[in-house]
Amino acid sequence: MTPDVSSDAVIERHGLTREEFEKIVGMLGRQPTLTELGIFSVMWSEHCSYKSSRVHLKTLPTTGPRVLQGPGENAGAVDIGDGLAAVFKIESHNHPSFIEPYQGAATGVGGIIRDIFTMGARPIALLNSLRFGELDSPLVRRNMAGVVAGIAGYGNSIGIPTVGGEIAFDESYAGNPLVNVFCLGISKADEIIKGVASGVGNAVFYVGSKTGRDGIHGATMASAEFDEKSAEKRPAVQVGDPFMEKLLLEACLEVMKTDALVGIQDMGAAGLTCSTCEMGARGGAGVEIDVSLVPQRETGMTPYEIMLSESQERMLLVAKPGREAEVQAIFEKWDLHAVHIGTVTPDGLLRVKERGTVVAEIPNTALTDEAPLYRRPYSEPDYLREAQQLSLAELGTPAPAAEVLRRLLASPTVASKRWVYRQYDHMVRTNTLVMPGMGAGVVRIKDTTRALALSVDCNGRFVYLDPFVGAQLAVAEAARNVACAGALPIGATNCLNFGNPQKPDIMWQFVRAVEGMGAACRALDIPITGGNVSLYNETDGRGVLPTPVLGVVGLIEDASRVVRRPFQAAGDAVLLLGSSANELGGSEYLKTIHGLIRGVPPALDLQREAALQRVLVAGAAQGLFKSAHDCAEGGVAVTLAECCFGGTPGADADLPRVATGVPGFDDIATLFGESASRAVVSVAAGHEQAALQLAQGQGVPAVVIGRVGGGRVRLSAGGRAVVDEPVEALERIWDGAIGQRFERQQTVA
Amino acid sequence: MKFAVVVFPGSNCDHDAYYAVDQVLREGAGFVWHKETSLGDADAVILPGGFAHGDYLRTGAIARFSPIMADVRRFADAGGPVLGICNGFQVLLEAGLLPGAMLRNDSLHFRCEHVHVRVEHTDTPFTEACRQGQVLRMPIAHGEGNYYAEPDVVAHLERNRQVLFRYVDAAGRETADGNPNGSVANIAGLCNEARNVVGLMPHPERACELALGSADGLVMLQSAVRWFARRAPAGVAVRGASSLSA
Repeated sequence: MTPDVSSDAVIERHGLTREEFEKIVGMLGRQPTLTELGIFSVMWSEHCSYKSSRVHLKTLPTTGPRVLQGPGENAGAVDIGDGLAAVFKIESHNHPSFIEPYQGAATGVGGIIRDIFTMGARPIALLNSLRFGELDSPLVRRNMAGVVAGIAGYGNSIGIPTVGGEIAFDESYAGNPLVNVFCLGISKADEIIKGVASGVGNAVFYVGSKTGRDGIHGATMASAEFDEKSAEKRPAVQVGDPFMEKLLLEACLEVMKTDALVGIQDMGAAGLTCSTCEMGARGGAGVEIDVSLVPQRETGMTPYEIMLSESQERMLLVAKPGREAEVQAIFEKWDLHAVHIGTVTPDGLLRVKERGTVVAEIPNTALTDEAPLYRRPYSEPDYLREAQQLSLAELGTPAPAAEVLRRLLASPTVASKRWVYRQYDHMVRTNTLVMPGMGAGVVRIKDTTRALALSVDCNGRFVYLDPFVGAQLAVAEAARNVACAGALPIGATNCLNFGNPQKPDIMWQFVRAVEGMGAACRALDIPITGGNVSLYNETDGRGVLPTPVLGVVGLIEDASRVVRRPFQAAGDAVLLLGSSANELGGSEYLKTIHGLIRGVPPALDLQREAALQRVLVAGAAQGLFKSAHDCAEGGVAVTLAECCFGGTPGADADLPRVATGVPGFDDIATLFGESASRAVVSVAAGHEQAALQLAQGQGVPAVVIGRVGGGRVRLSAGGRAVVDEPVEALERIWDGAIGQRFERQQTVA
Repeated sequence: MKFAVVVFPGSNCDHDAYYAVDQVLREGAGFVWHKETSLGDADAVILPGGFAHGDYLRTGAIARFSPIMADVRRFADAGGPVLGICNGFQVLLEAGLLPGAMLRNDSLHFRCEHVHVRVEHTDTPFTEACRQGQVLRMPIAHGEGNYYAEPDVVAHLERNRQVLFRYVDAAGRETADGNPNGSVANIAGLCNEARNVVGLMPHPERACELALGSADGLVMLQSAVRWFARRAPAGVAVRGASSLSA
């Protein structure tokens, strides 16, 4: 039975509007077949077409002297010297990870790895940025345990280290976790491979896993909100096979060395559909395939199902004429079979046949460049003015500083993520110079003197309270994290996680965040070479905190000069770079102690931020800084405590007092305020002046606040002692906070 | 001296082992694909870490059937030094070249972290440069490293001095806390009766440079070089790695 493709029910089931359907009819000059409708539905989904976001994304800075590949390919690439390129990208797998945590997260890792090796780069590092609800909820713990196990299961097996990342917790993510996965690979700068199909008559090959019915309409699913029926969508989640991907990875890299390929692309979202039309569109050519030649896992699959399947671990490639046997032989070595399923044509069409009969014929550009583009209406949300009001006086008498510090260190957002990252193989490939949990992850580049520092960051509370400033703060923090390691930020990739863009207040958050991100990246001279947008992150109409995550890649010229977080030796001087103000808006303090997300985020002066980062990079390159750590959630008190963890001799520091005008709150603002553009560094005794002069030269406020040593975390505010705790006692709280929540779960279960 | 690094489909520490031998130890190294039937003129064999054949069945259960394993067995039977690291250890267990089996970690989680192991005996090709009782800090990275053997087998291993490495705390004490996976008798690695086949769960190849957090593992590779130099007639030790592909 053939359904009436023009019926409201069929159109709605494909996530299309009546207007979009009419546009399809106009482009084809006829009614689409059901297969064609399916193809349009996935290519015009928000996930593939960026129809709500594209006009805004175009405003982001994407060029620079180091940029070898900007947005539009499978991943971006920047020049890192020695004739090498860093190829990297971040992508979300939020929706699948809510429905099926393990496989959703695992296939997210698999997808981003394919994006990197598709470009001819060997993947050498993974990071992830995760958001979950509060861990008090057993459902959240189950979700988080599944996501972490899924990331581990895939990354560990394929042998790519997970070297860093970040995790934050907020109630808004309870029904809609965020799973953003970043991958970085290294290739020769002049051997980057593109996803193009060209050369009329060239053979199109399919290689990898067989096609099954899994994941059909995954891209459409990722473009809709969740509701009570979400569990019914489980068949739309794919199942990962890291072993197959490992074989594909090694075989593809081996094939690429031969120069026998015209182009290659992985089949991710929208599977065979996306890879065929995008490769054709990029090459200005057409692609014709016969689905009956596609290796299939199940019998009786229709062209519709084959074209829309999102079965994992599949690649599409175009071989140079006369080189086909060579390509096939390499895949055979790895027990893979490159199957000839079609050819490149001159007509610019995606033509799908089934045993010779045409079942779909669509201009590639109708699916790509000419996909709908929306300028969605946006307006400032009603919540904003109210949420930005913060009166410290109404919070009552604050708890003693030491107690606040202990509670902040136990907050899962601040606490050690060791329970998580020790499930990830973070050392395989023997490049990891800075392990997870220590700020930016750092990997060396073998056969060079260089290293790369990698960080992914975003504080959703700041973005919620002011999307423009909040997104700028995300850029600043990610870049500052790599600068602390001594790395010059040279490129970025973004993953923009927001709610339903058809709501004007959500769209406003999105638009303002993109503007802020663009402004910050321009000021800090960090091009964004690609990324991903994830919209409709809502459950039952409630959106997540707007979370525009930025992943920054930083270059360290001399890998032996990497700066780490822990204090080094008793007697070293501790310096605070940057200035502190009465800025508790959106802070971890307000959330953890008072359960509030209120106020305005800390002010950010981008020129000051750039200056601070120059100081951090220069201090590292000169070998002046013995440790460095930025100030973020929990303020300078948490920063200093974390610098004392990991077997250090402790520290004694007196912080410049911040005045609030509210009795009792000066200590709180001094210790736990989250003013931007600050870092704590340590230098050897006698090098204080050199450090102060370095900062002064860049116009960065700097002050010696104390000394390493004493075995305790001793903090004063304006000369008055406020915290005096043994390092081990604080470290035990910080280190065990997350693991304990899961152990409790086990004893209950 | 030449080390052959066997590459199974799914091996992922093969490059790390190669790099440690080639770039840190500065000895000959070559890869041998699992479908090959000869180790060539290798002087020592490393079965590297990873997930051979995906390890969807028991770890190492498929790899033991790879064509190269027949020659690994021949090499071992002839007294050649064989080192199985992590997944390589699991393959040696499945192949019957070492006794016992692996269970899932008692935490039920994959664990990646630095641990301490104590060298129990130094009369093997991979421990002879160690001190007896020396504590080595090396990383582990496995989900199935919970070594198990029947009590009589463990007693036999102890009597035969085949337990080569034991999980300990930083001070070298055999404690429950120092045991990361629940292995019986804190066993981290062992050797066969002839003492030339050695398997362990920690990764010495990841602990060959201080920049990576520890260089304690290098002594195991240096042991092999010393063992080989003592055994081999002069001139043989400097053969090129001609038959091995790089």
